[in-house]
Amino acid sequence: MNRSPQPYIDSYFAGVGIGLVLLASYVLVGHGLGASGAFASVVAAGTAIVEGSSRAGASQAVAPYLPNGLMSPFRDWLVLELAGAMLGGWLSAFFAGRARIAVERGPGIGTTTRMVAAVAGGVLMGLGAKLARGCTSGQALTGGALLSAGSWMFIGSCFLAGYVLAPFARRLWR
Amino acid sequence: MITPLRPEGALVAAPLLGVAFGWLLERGGLGSAPRLAGQFYLTDLRVFKVMFSALVTAMLGAFWLDRFGFIDLRLVELPETFLLPQALGGALFGVGFLIAGLCPGTSCVAAAAGRLDGLGVVGGMLGGVVLFNGSFPWVERFYQSTARGAMTLSDVMPVPRGLVVAMVTAAALGGFVVAERLERRRS
Repeated sequence: MNRSPQPYIDSYFAGVGIGLVLLASYVLVGHGLGASGAFASVVAAGTAIVEGSSRAGASQAVAPYLPNGLMSPFRDWLVLELAGAMLGGWLSAFFAGRARIAVERGPGIGTTTRMVAAVAGGVLMGLGAKLARGCTSGQALTGGALLSAGSWMFIGSCFLAGYVLAPFARRLWR
Repeated sequence: MITPLRPEGALVAAPLLGVAFGWLLERGGLGSAPRLAGQFYLTDLRVFKVMFSALVTAMLGAFWLDRFGFIDLRLVELPETFLLPQALGGALFGVGFLIAGLCPGTSCVAAAAGRLDGLGVVGGMLGGVVLFNGSFPWVERFYQSTARGAMTLSDVMPVPRGLVVAMVTAAALGGFVVAERLERRRS
């Protein structure tokens, strides 16, 4: 595609839109949006395939995600929602002329460093989101807007840790 | 009074709400890791702006719909509070967010748009969940500790819910003013 990509929309416009989607989710479904829970559901199903359903179901960490056995991810609200989010993200990128295979990184590092950092950051977020029972979607947005005390604890410690360590990660992004 | 859909209806609504969520994240520039990371260096504050305008919108909507009797907020699932696990989990998550430049939802959007770094974050997340599950027998006691159940900020602070809503709204609006100044200074 030769066209230059469309500019992004205004942040507040996007934010209010996401807020209305979240509100619709509260009203229609009775709970908010999420992302990390879908990862947990997929991992649980993968564990059940590798170890067998009975062994996987014996683990307290995995069992809650397998109410319908191996079919659970296909009946899990969060998995369907996140699959929709991926479709929506792709549609938006495609129509804006931004869908392309690329590695986005800071100006001072190469592709390999960026990929290692991406995976490492993902591992930390996977651990953190499991421990906190949610991520930026399920805790910060969903719980934050419902004024859950633990969600605000999550928001506070997430950004505190990010800002405290940002000077040490400067090489990755500046 | 509007009551939540039955499970089947909810499963139909899920991908539709997801498409709108993913579309808006991508349109807002949250599928691009260097832009998200700019939040931590105060060069690009779209993470704060998008997150808090979404939070305030949903908070005000939920509050007033409940107040006027269109919904019953007690039917909406409130994430339970576990103080220490959420403090430590949040900190680990924040460090991961800083290094990865994407969070779980935005990494999926980035990956869907063809960004291989987004795919790397998705893979790392899955690995992190596997690690957590594998170490669950050792972390379970901590994971279940300092449980406070369904607890809101108005349970912590001795003020009514409406005042907390007003305070969060005012703080967010103040934050937006500061964010605009910071971005103008850096550009």
